[in-house]
Amino acid sequence: MALIAVDDLHVHLGESHVLQGVSFEVPEGGVTALLGRNGVGKTTTLRAMMGLVPRRGSVTLAGEETTKLRTHQIVRRGIGYVPEDREVFAGLTVDENLRLSERSTAGNGASPRYELVYELFPELQSRGGQRAGTLSGGQQQMVAIARALLNDNPVLLVDEPTKGLAPLLVTGVAAALERAAELATVLLVEQNLAVVERVAQQVVVLDGGRVVHAGPAAELLRDRDRIQALLGVSGGGH
Amino acid sequence: MYFLIASGLSLIYGLMGVLNFAHGAFLTVGAYATWWTSTHVGGGPGTKLLVGALAGVAVGAILAALVELVLIRPLYRRPVEQVLVTVGLALVLSALVEAIWGFDARPFPVPPWLIDTTTVLGASIPNDRFLEIGVAVSVLVGLTVFLRYTRYGLIIRAGVENRAMVTALGIDVRRAFTLVFALGGMAAALAGVLSGVYFGVVDPGRGTSLLIFAFIVVVIGGFGSIGGTAVAAVVVGLIQQYANYYASSGLGDLAVVLLLAIVLLLRPEGLSPKVAH
Repeated sequence: MALIAVDDLHVHLGESHVLQGVSFEVPEGGVTALLGRNGVGKTTTLRAMMGLVPRRGSVTLAGEETTKLRTHQIVRRGIGYVPEDREVFAGLTVDENLRLSERSTAGNGASPRYELVYELFPELQSRGGQRAGTLSGGQQQMVAIARALLNDNPVLLVDEPTKGLAPLLVTGVAAALERAAELATVLLVEQNLAVVERVAQQVVVLDGGRVVHAGPAAELLRDRDRIQALLGVSGGGH
Repeated sequence: MYFLIASGLSLIYGLMGVLNFAHGAFLTVGAYATWWTSTHVGGGPGTKLLVGALAGVAVGAILAALVELVLIRPLYRRPVEQVLVTVGLALVLSALVEAIWGFDARPFPVPPWLIDTTTVLGASIPNDRFLEIGVAVSVLVGLTVFLRYTRYGLIIRAGVENRAMVTALGIDVRRAFTLVFALGGMAAALAGVLSGVYFGVVDPGRGTSLLIFAFIVVVIGGFGSIGGTAVAAVVVGLIQQYANYYASSGLGDLAVVLLLAIVLLLRPEGLSPKVAH
């Protein structure tokens, strides 16, 4: 059974009908990549799933309907969110950004996973007292991913984590995503097909506010013509 | 005094984006609650003032929290309606105070030692000024410690920067909103108590007249910044008094408006923009 099922999801932003009945499923475990050209509604899909924009339709998490819940209640069901453009709290220190994300996961009594976070991103430990606004883009991305990994979330929604990063940092982020996928089910919005190839098992492709393709990642990534037609780019290697 | 009113205004706008025009009414209600309680308890003027002030601050906090829960909460993301509601509430509350206790100023319980003066470096300074400065500094230190070292303080500082992201970390930011309103109400009521001590009386229009200058302080200090608000409150207060004293009485208000214009032209985001610290 799918861990997440999105069914007929609609979002209107102002005059624009951004999501026009998006439906797809995310199987439990591994990484499902949400692909598409710029402006087709990938980020809006994640934001709608998080309850950050008004939406219509259905999103179930492990069988539970979440569209009637408020954002913080959805998060407490066990969803970690890494937003596009990181959205770290610039005026707060790295430690404060992490401390703010700590959630007492009622029931299982799990404590925040600082060992995991510092193992993946040792730099965050040494820069704990530094204001997040003074970090580089790559370091801010580490903070954003660390915030989502700190709690024992069964699901992670990750929005373009490699956007604007230098190639070396992209490799580091991809490694962190692989590690995250061992612990949680990841729904990843990503433009970099090399990263998708490395980490994703499933893909969902959006176009014009609708799902136009869903299936195994390897199958799509082998088909250069299909990638060109769906994404407007040539496959692999960016 | 400006700082006490403006700190609440600044945090409320910084965190919630709510321009609270009823903030002056919190001050008036706090002052009247203090006066009313002091007339109903025994003891000397000092005890009356202390008990009255505690009651006034409690009433200010409860009133502000109720306003947030009942009137502001249903209107999030509707700023125009929020402004209309808070303006309406300000009118209703002062009309209510006038209806119950009349237009006339009521004498405030001021202990004699507050009216005396102390000579510092040759200048005779009324003792109530020390109380006012002491309370304002205590509130500044208290708010700073609260914002810096408590979890709710952390949530408020983060919320001032990016409210949506705070909720996306699983935090119910609305509780922080109610708390900030209650804190703002407490600070405003405390300003009401101090204004009662300063003027010796309390009248229904007190809050509204001080609110205008509090808004100017907030704009100059930068919305959401407690430190900026404190500096701006001192600057506005000094300029107002110096202009009134050395130039001509009445010029103080004009000087403050001029200062506002200069700050807006040179540094539109205020002295310390949009970071609660």
